[in-house]
Amino acid sequence: MAAGPSAFQSRLAKELPPLLDNAQLDFKAKDDFLATLTCDKGNVLKLGKILSEKFGFEHLSLITTVDRIERFELVYQITSYQNHCMLEVRVAVPKDDAKVPSVTPVWGGANWHEREAYDMMGIVFEGHPDPRRILLPQDYKYFPLRKDFKMDGE
Amino acid sequence: MKVGTVLMMRSKDFMSWADDWVGRVMKKGPIGRAVDTLLTDFWTWARVNSLYPLHFGIMCCALEMAAASGARFDAQRIGVIYRSTPRQCDMLLVNGPVSKKLRPDLRRLYDQMSEPKWVVAMGECAISGGPFWNTYSVIEGVDQFIPVDVYIPGCPVRPEAMIEGFMKLQDKIRKEKKGPLTEEMV
Repeated sequence: MAAGPSAFQSRLAKELPPLLDNAQLDFKAKDDFLATLTCDKGNVLKLGKILSEKFGFEHLSLITTVDRIERFELVYQITSYQNHCMLEVRVAVPKDDAKVPSVTPVWGGANWHEREAYDMMGIVFEGHPDPRRILLPQDYKYFPLRKDFKMDGE
Repeated sequence: MKVGTVLMMRSKDFMSWADDWVGRVMKKGPIGRAVDTLLTDFWTWARVNSLYPLHFGIMCCALEMAAASGARFDAQRIGVIYRSTPRQCDMLLVNGPVSKKLRPDLRRLYDQMSEPKWVVAMGECAISGGPFWNTYSVIEGVDQFIPVDVYIPGCPVRPEAMIEGFMKLQDKIRKEKKGPLTEEMV
């Protein structure tokens, strides 16, 4: 059932861009619940603070990484229960400079998700309180979910 | 060695001195051989009927392990009682894929078990990596770093197959026929 954007989503689309002057934002509502937002990687922490403090996005469900061959992509699933809205924030990360500010200060649950993203894809989260591997052994040398990872190269 | 020197010894030195003495008189002498011959059958009987595995479950085969010791299949009737510390165990039952992170800990558990000890690889994952073969985090078979005595195939292993495997191990122990003073093979 494809419904139009909710009142909260319209407010978000209108009020968010002025708060982040130099960010490249692209907001799209899929239906009255789900919306996507692309953001450049420098403004992730600022965007997270604004979303959590001003728009009531209190819950970060997960952080996923995608290997798009020419770049990495981070996907943050953020939910606001009070406004009944789920936001999918997509952040493109260049492969030669895979560093993103950590959102752990905003959502504590991001801690292990970011460690997993580092473990599997090798994306470094700057300002993370505990930047170690989480699933693989600490002395593991590779990032196995990258598309250019080969079992034979081990 | 004088009595006074013995009293001045540290415990470690005393242990090695006692070991040396016992070894000279018992293990290599005729008394030792006589004791060994007399007690081998009893020792083998005791080992066969008290196979205590370590209560260590890795993945879904651990459920079959629980089923085998439950009322229906009752592995306890052939002497398989799970112990929760490696110090009290005779048998290490590896029942699942061993990841690279688990490997040093499993090896430590094996090293902590007292001799004599046997290892049973249960299920495809412990034998060869199973469906996780050729992945970045799973070791392809537990026999790459621990000597394995019995392999029980299955995915997961049925409780009947598990009990069959234990009985195979019992046959092996019967054939080994080691007495209390027989030199360890390790």
